[in-house]
Amino acid sequence: MELRKSYFADQRKDGLHEIGQGRPRLDSPGHVMGKTAYFADRNFPGMLHLKMVRSPHHHARIRSIDTSEAEKHPGVVKILTAKDVPHNVYTILILIQIGPEDETVLADGKVRWKGEAVVAVLAETERAAQEAAAKVKVNYEVLPAVFDMEEALKPGAPLVNEYHGQNYYLYDSGECRKVRFGDVEAGFAEADHILEQSYQSSPIEHAPTETTGCVVVPEGNDRFTCYTNTQAMFFTLDNASIILQMPGSKLHFVGGTVGGGFGGKVDVIVEPIAILGAKLTGRPVCFIYSREEEMQISSPRAAEKVVIKDGVMKDGRIVARKVTGYTDAGAYSRHSPYGAQKGAAHYPGPYTIPNVWIDTYCVYTNRTPSSAMRGFGVTIGDFALEVQMDKLARLIGMDPLEFRFINAYRDGDMKAHHQPTEGAALIECMQEASRAANWPVAEKYMAMSSYKKGA
Amino acid sequence: MAKVPVQFTLNGREKAEFVEGGTTLLHALRDKIGDTSPKGGCHQGTCGACSVIIDGELKLSCLTLAETCNGATITTTSGLAEAGVLHPLQRAFLDAFATQCGFCTPGMIMAAKVLLDHTPNPSRDDVVEALSGNICRCTGYEPIIQAVLTAARANSQNAA
Ligand code: FES
Ligand code: FES
Repeated sequence: MELRKSYFADQRKDGLHEIGQGRPRLDSPGHVMGKTAYFADRNFPGMLHLKMVRSPHHHARIRSIDTSEAEKHPGVVKILTAKDVPHNVYTILILIQIGPEDETVLADGKVRWKGEAVVAVLAETERAAQEAAAKVKVNYEVLPAVFDMEEALKPGAPLVNEYHGQNYYLYDSGECRKVRFGDVEAGFAEADHILEQSYQSSPIEHAPTETTGCVVVPEGNDRFTCYTNTQAMFFTLDNASIILQMPGSKLHFVGGTVGGGFGGKVDVIVEPIAILGAKLTGRPVCFIYSREEEMQISSPRAAEKVVIKDGVMKDGRIVARKVTGYTDAGAYSRHSPYGAQKGAAHYPGPYTIPNVWIDTYCVYTNRTPSSAMRGFGVTIGDFALEVQMDKLARLIGMDPLEFRFINAYRDGDMKAHHQPTEGAALIECMQEASRAANWPVAEKYMAMSSYKKGA
Repeated sequence: MAKVPVQFTLNGREKAEFVEGGTTLLHALRDKIGDTSPKGGCHQGTCGACSVIIDGELKLSCLTLAETCNGATITTTSGLAEAGVLHPLQRAFLDAFATQCGFCTPGMIMAAKVLLDHTPNPSRDDVVEALSGNICRCTGYEPIIQAVLTAARANSQNAA
């Protein structure tokens, strides 16, 4: 590893103690000795196992639920349905005032995606819970489903989520997040070339090696300790408190040790229902996803579609960019309205473009709810943008790296979302990349700086 | 359900348990005996996190019935360090940054140990082959491969 100190030397104090040093991780000794305690390494006497009955349909009305056979199954202790959950309709971002509440802990009257939780079965053993879950009879009336974002936005498409009332998230700016900067049509009119391309991605599963789950222990004083592998401890505690209508002081969360997360463990899914099970039975409860559930049920990265139209000059300047982005939230919001919003601010990329028009839609479909994953909202956008940049460079016969130098944002440039650029380092990163990758660019680009002359 | 007695040596100690017929060794080790170093990542033989060594051979404890282990000698990662001194593989994993979330690590170390026990001077290909049944979602594998090669070198230097 090499620390280049020549860049931004005037901005940096050199009393660095950690940066540039190899430091052992504090948790590694536990890992290599097999002593690190993950949530599932906690075992308590009398612990019950929770298994979910899940929807086999993408979209259906629930006519009736019959748990009588399941209740008789040996080892079954408790069966939970929607009516048992104090505040069954929730949405996790309500903590930052992003509503409406649009998702059920246990399905109530309707299922909106294949795999949705309908009934929770608590039993003495995992096997008994599994067998009893198979005996729960749910009578469904299958409804038409929609899986494609553009189909979902057409008039007459099946309505996925009644809590929204339409198949897109309604922002305060309307049916999409909007960024308006300069005059995009004037930009296209002056451009030497115009390139419009569309890019699409599928959902991506995080596939952590440790599956999602928690172990909840009633402490006997009406408090509950929840050992969990959530990546969002307090976020989960607060949402659990809302769903269970229980003050946060009654919930003690123990976590921080996560067997791989990548954003897949920030939804509040297993904890509230496991705490409820522990409260209603007075016994410790373990709810851990099977590998199949982890792959099929946990939220993936959203599928996205990005349509980019750029106007470019022969000299390499991009003069106009229009982007329409679609984020597939699946049946429920979770973190996707936020992801789509991030995309809106991000689509100009790290480039200074004088005329920008962006619309991003967060769309509801009858697919597995999507949510956070490493850089969600911007990662797929970056893929699309950088492929587009290569195509633009090819179109005007310019070296793709030099093309990026010409358009790179620098300190003081106004970004399309009306924030001035500060602390830019793209030029310097590209200079270093040019050296490291042995991809030479003209000397004038190697002499550039993120500081603007005279700034 | 009828219980079956099982008796084996785990990390040098005698263990005896009654288990239900059909109980996996993974379940018996973790939930009955309390050795949670083997991890359950899939319970279907695909991730390798539950790997243990039974009579010198690498086995997936999630696919091994506890009742078939009578009289066996079993090693798990929690039994490798002696008197607090790390095994060369553990040291190498630590130094090479070969562990991130750590969930795959005990299984990886088991697979690597069996390799080095049989092939003290493995090639890179030998290492890749030996670890091919173990999934790591965090590290990208390269640091793990380097750690195993480093441990092999340390071993052969000690032997020389
Ligand atoms: S738990 Fe045994 S291979 Fe995954
Ligand atoms: S370190 Fe996380 S799975 Fe390997």
